[in-house]
Amino acid sequence: MAVTTATRAVVAGPRGRRRRSPATAYSWSSLLYVAPALLFFGVFVIYPICISVQTSFYAYDGLTVATPVGAANYVAVFTDPSLREALLHSLVLLVFYAALPVAIGLVLAGALSRIRIYGLTFFRAALFIPQVLSSVVVAVAWRGLLATDGPVNDALRAVGLGSIATSWLGNFDTALPAVGAIGTWVQYGLCMVLFLGGIVGIDRSLYEAARLDGAGAVREFRAITLPALRPQISIALILCITFALRNFDIIWNTTRGGPGTSTAVPSVYIYQDAFQNRALGQASALAVVLTLLILVIVGLVQLALRERSDVGARSRRHSGGAR
Amino acid sequence: MKVSRTETTLTHALLVVAAIIAVYPLVSIVLSALRGRDGSIGLASFDIAWERGGFGSALLSSAFISITVVVVTVILVSLAGFALATMRVPGGRLMLPILLLGLVLPYEVTVLPLYQLMSDWALLDTWWALILPQIGLSVPLGVFWMRSFFASVPGELLEAARIDGAGRFQTFRLVLLPVAGPAIATLSTILFLFTWNEFLLALVLVPQDPLVQTAPLALSFFAGAGRTIDPSVTAAAAVIVAAPIVVAYVILQRRLIAGLTEGAVK
Repeated sequence: MAVTTATRAVVAGPRGRRRRSPATAYSWSSLLYVAPALLFFGVFVIYPICISVQTSFYAYDGLTVATPVGAANYVAVFTDPSLREALLHSLVLLVFYAALPVAIGLVLAGALSRIRIYGLTFFRAALFIPQVLSSVVVAVAWRGLLATDGPVNDALRAVGLGSIATSWLGNFDTALPAVGAIGTWVQYGLCMVLFLGGIVGIDRSLYEAARLDGAGAVREFRAITLPALRPQISIALILCITFALRNFDIIWNTTRGGPGTSTAVPSVYIYQDAFQNRALGQASALAVVLTLLILVIVGLVQLALRERSDVGARSRRHSGGAR
Repeated sequence: MKVSRTETTLTHALLVVAAIIAVYPLVSIVLSALRGRDGSIGLASFDIAWERGGFGSALLSSAFISITVVVVTVILVSLAGFALATMRVPGGRLMLPILLLGLVLPYEVTVLPLYQLMSDWALLDTWWALILPQIGLSVPLGVFWMRSFFASVPGELLEAARIDGAGRFQTFRLVLLPVAGPAIATLSTILFLFTWNEFLLALVLVPQDPLVQTAPLALSFFAGAGRTIDPSVTAAAAVIVAAPIVVAYVILQRRLIAGLTEGAVK
């Protein structure tokens, strides 16, 4: 699967294989090969980040002269009630965008590890569909599904739960979980596909041995499947968490942060402060905080799920075999 | 393996349910697009959406932008990945962690300065306002991808090329590139998908001119303005925007799996 290999390559990257043909001296001409890519990366990624960091220390409307305000914009990120609320919404969305998809993926993967799967290729392709659709298409589709007269409410009425039918995205109490459910839908297939890829690589004889020892489904899962999937779980969490915290597209195209501010997240305020309220310093500070938050959480995940040398050797061999 | 037939059946049923849920929203917009307001079934909604939404030019914009980004990025990252995998690049140890940061970065932190940059260069509302930054943003994934591919090529191949008197660039062009086809194809697919679907950058960098707007942005404006429009027309617009990607996915998914299995056999 494309993304599986992509992330695997990426994760294996920095501490991957030692460079071969190690010429003892630096090859200065090699810079010619690297320079064009680095130029684009520098001008369109690194330089903008530096400008964002700089702007975050100013009060700036994009037109008049910027005045330095020290850390005031950062203080506002953590004291302004609406921005704090937005950060809180992000944490709630982490449950829906990361915890739930990984949990669903693991439960299904655990069940699938015990049997011979028929039609795996087909199922993988179907489960991956939410990942290839444009987030705007996803938003439009779910707006229809969750509408007052949409299929979700129709289904609820059909089973006698008509009393809880509501305009899911338009109701103050249900909008955030509803937006969250869309995220769960987008991500669970990715998690499953990642885990299925890992499971194919697990040595079947481990399961045979476990069963001879009389292990049940749960012990089998905890003793064999879970440890072997450690690299995939780490990748899945990192992808899901960054997706959750970056999330702008789905919220913007379903609720615009509403009703009221009930689904407002940092990225919505970044866009509005930067391009509608012309508070560029505030938008930049929020963007920097968001970036740091992502880096810290991703770092923690990697630290927590770092492969121990023994487990690592085994699962690496397996993922190699899977390809 | 000895697992009861009941369990096998139940697990497959679970898998079927998971797959149906994954596909259902797509099916629902297709059905809703085909079902007109008066209950008739037909393509009328597609006509209306195509006419009012300007999706012809939007799809063209998306295609041009995505193809350009993919072609340029693949050239840049193949060269860089080759160097980082086979040579001692001065500062190479510093480059990789910095590129790694680029992988998890939220676009929110770059988008405002990019707007100012493109405004200074008078490129706002042109295809270039999306093409140039997205090449830069695709570099980290591409470099890691190609570097890890080139590092996996057997050393004997490089050795043989050197013995035959091939220079570095010749080795790259005549020895490594020919075997890199599948890796480049897969990378291109991923980059194409990311570029095609990018929304925030399009919203910020090409907001004014309908002729350069990408398909997702055109859909967002169309669906946002159209709360009063017939829902089946909105659904038709979504299907129009989704169709090229879904068709490409169905084709490439097969090719991708064929490539993977052939690769495993060899």
